[in-house]
Amino acid sequence: MAMTGIFLILFLIVHAGINACIFLNDNGETFNQMAHFMSHNWILRFLEVGLFAGLILHIFQGLSLWSQNNKARPVQYHFSQPSKNSKWYSRSMGILGTLLLLFLIMHLSHFYVGTKMELYGGVHHDETLFEEMKEVFSNLWIVILYVVGVIALFWHLYHGFQSAFQTLGINHKRYTPLIKIIGIGYAVIICVLFALMPISMYLGCIK
Amino acid sequence: MEHYHMNLTLKVWRQKNNKSKGKLETYQVSNISSEMSFLEMIDVLNEQLITEDKDPIAFDHDCREGICGMCSMYINGQAHGPWQQNTTCQLHMRAFKDGDTIVVEPWRSTAFPVVKDLVVDRSSFDRIIQAGGFISVNTGNAVDANALPIDKKDADDAFMAAACIGCGACVATCKNGSAMLFVGAKVSQLALLPQGEPERESRVLNMVAQMDKEGFGNCTNTYACEAECPKGISVANIARLNSEFLKAGLSTED
Repeated sequence: MAMTGIFLILFLIVHAGINACIFLNDNGETFNQMAHFMSHNWILRFLEVGLFAGLILHIFQGLSLWSQNNKARPVQYHFSQPSKNSKWYSRSMGILGTLLLLFLIMHLSHFYVGTKMELYGGVHHDETLFEEMKEVFSNLWIVILYVVGVIALFWHLYHGFQSAFQTLGINHKRYTPLIKIIGIGYAVIICVLFALMPISMYLGCIK
Repeated sequence: MEHYHMNLTLKVWRQKNNKSKGKLETYQVSNISSEMSFLEMIDVLNEQLITEDKDPIAFDHDCREGICGMCSMYINGQAHGPWQQNTTCQLHMRAFKDGDTIVVEPWRSTAFPVVKDLVVDRSSFDRIIQAGGFISVNTGNAVDANALPIDKKDADDAFMAAACIGCGACVATCKNGSAMLFVGAKVSQLALLPQGEPERESRVLNMVAQMDKEGFGNCTNTYACEAECPKGISVANIARLNSEFLKAGLSTED
């Protein structure tokens, strides 16, 4: 869980970094170049397989934890006050993860399936990825769904980042407070960047 | 501190034995002193039940000083009740007000089956200890206590881990029913000291294997265990368990 989590955390840095090129406001020129580079480079195509493997493994690890942990307490408490001893997001990683998976299905159908059809299936698109983004994010409901997805991502990362280090056996008086701060900063920066993309496109701030 | 008396409504889990299905029963107790401990209040209720010719509530207790780890009640949705770093026997009735309703349940975990009412079988913890929570020593005279030099910090951390009384509040509290805080403490107290060195690798592997075999859940780092632990055992011990397990797992030849 921790290893695949950190792997996916690293991927999100690349993803957010490349997508942030739209904020250059150059009609998506830099962004399209980056997207073209990413989709026409065989090393990256190979890494993409690793990314999907990491994601699927992360999901299966989560499902296996969920099923084992359910078995560990077959009779529930009649009255329990978990909020007295732990944070809601730390207890909700499974629900947040499920939300993220639903979001991902929508997200991939918007931006991934099309480009792959073009690459492997020979289906030709006249639109660039940037134009596609503009089109998708012109629908208010989709923008709202994206923002909800990013909020789920935020809490998932907020807990997941520091939790991964604890699972790998790193809990240190000096370094753990730093890891926690970096984790919060990471979650905030990544999620604000991602949320701003659909919002700013919908509002027409990106030309 | 102000002394007062109170009348309470208690909802207590009653279960005849391991096979039967239990349920919450409601009882009234009156004139309970704020200076009583929670177990003394249960004693009062039991006296009442005995005079009414009813079966008294079975519950675990021994030292009643907060050091033995026998008492084990889930009180008002929290292991050992509302006070922090405190056992049920040291929870005093001044934690409650006149007219309160208090729900009392046993620890709930696959690995802690209910024996009767509020008594659960925690021998799964004993089996984890038997799997590796020991050290090899030479027979003969006891070695001088200070014969082995030990770094002050390691000694302190080992003592902090050794404060675990094995009550099971960590398992009872954890939403996953995980025993990682208990096992983390038991592995840490020996891994930190030179006496624990000979069995260091086999210990962590065997204890974790036994923990899984007993049916405890997995740690997802909610840290609820640390918040409810009557001895304030730190989750740093879980991280140490993880790192000991990773190192041992990578280097073992079995």
